Amino acid sequence: MATPAPGWFDERLGLSSIRKFVAHKTVPSHSGTMWYYFGGITLFLFVIQVVTGVLLLLYYRPTTSEAFESVQFIMTRVKFGWLIRSVHSWSANLMILAAFVHMFSVVFLHAYRRPREMAWFSGIGLLALAMAFGFSGYLLPWNTISYFATKVGTDMAASVPMIGPYMARFLRGGEDVGGATLTRFFGFHVAVLPGITTLLLLMHLGLVQRFGISSPPKLEGKRIAQMPFFPNFFLRELMAWYAALALLGVLAAIFPWELGEKADPFASAPAGIRPEWYFLAPFYTLKLIPSHIWVLEGELVGFAGFALLAAFWATLPLWATDRDGMLRARRVTGAGILLLAYYSTFSILGYWR
Amino acid sequence: MTNGRRSLIRWLLGGGIFSSIASFLYPVTRFIMPPNVPEAAVNEVVAGKVQMLQPNAAAIVKFGNKPVLLIRASETEWKALTAVCTHLNCTVQYKDDTHQIWCACHNGFYDLGGKVLSGPPPKPLEEFVVRIRGDEVVITRGA
Ligand code: FES
Repeated sequence: MATPAPGWFDERLGLSSIRKFVAHKTVPSHSGTMWYYFGGITLFLFVIQVVTGVLLLLYYRPTTSEAFESVQFIMTRVKFGWLIRSVHSWSANLMILAAFVHMFSVVFLHAYRRPREMAWFSGIGLLALAMAFGFSGYLLPWNTISYFATKVGTDMAASVPMIGPYMARFLRGGEDVGGATLTRFFGFHVAVLPGITTLLLLMHLGLVQRFGISSPPKLEGKRIAQMPFFPNFFLRELMAWYAALALLGVLAAIFPWELGEKADPFASAPAGIRPEWYFLAPFYTLKLIPSHIWVLEGELVGFAGFALLAAFWATLPLWATDRDGMLRARRVTGAGILLLAYYSTFSILGYWR
Repeated sequence: MTNGRRSLIRWLLGGGIFSSIASFLYPVTRFIMPPNVPEAAVNEVVAGKVQMLQPNAAAIVKFGNKPVLLIRASETEWKALTAVCTHLNCTVQYKDDTHQIWCACHNGFYDLGGKVLSGPPPKPLEEFVVRIRGDEVVITRGA
């Protein structure tokens, strides 16, 4: 008789079909294979966010009189509190970085092509959610920098014609950034966004599952070596996770995330105010835009520009092919390089100036 | 007959589901928009004593729940302006070296009358009236 226990579970859980499925799964193996690890790294860092976020929830209090103090308490009194908070902040940043690498590798390997458009759209949605996580989480420690960053960010929403003032009110929970905003952002950060993210993430992973991993068009028609997903690819991915974990540990321990000073609505914005690095490029652009362009207010022009750029980028699979379905690879690669160049130079300028 | 009945039933079902969803969504959308809390109209505040500021110094004072930048430009010259930058809502500060008002968020500069000198702010800062009553500094809205 075969081992009885696995048989018992197999009958009830269908393990052998899962095993069979995994055994047949393969990953194309070529010079660009290393880029395939970044989606998994992003996922891994997201899991770290969930775990450390839940831990922080045990002590954090979302009110203007207690938020800053509770984070201070976590960092100074709670055992390993500094580490958990530092890991949460660093991992958030590394996660967005990994998502960017993942996204640009999808662009340069042209993996968004038919039939994977929906995977691209859901990925863009996940990136937007990650940024919303970053923006809402930034405010939670209720320090000066985050207070003013939130004022500026929500005021940008207000500059949208017609619905802008409503959007700003909705985001702030009132006329201005205050206790109501903090409560709201907390709710978004720990309940609304995680819920939506989970759904979209399942869809994204399901689609990757459904269509498999794409191989670059230049290898199309050739025989591409395949590597079994399990254990070959999986173990390599695991090593990538360890590498990410090592980097995260080093950053969190050597450069603990600072808390800054408690926000004071009746204090001037201090010099050197700036948002999280992934908002630095739009931030620096805003600094350069003059107060009026023709008859329009500069901030409105800036906002419209960012919205157009985002829409253009999000719809990439739609303009990536011509009418006959032929890939305009050059155009996409060019657009990717331009965006990368704008984003990185403006981020650096925004950091140094 | 059956066809007409079928489409009627389909219509009733669809309409019913639609209206029940609408009846859930309406209160929810109203709920998430915060209620209007009218702020007490403040027209005058006593900012403090004359001695609170040296010449060529400034402070943020509360005007109701809004910050106002109170500047003592010289021994006798006082200025008060809203401290809320007209660009994107940051709180401005006084620069005592250049005698200007500066917004750190995107490097906006105003003069002491609130006029934009450089940077992205689209409009001037609203000015308030400052009077000295005995040794008290009083700020009032509008000229
Ligand atoms: S908010 Fe003052 S310059 Fe932008």
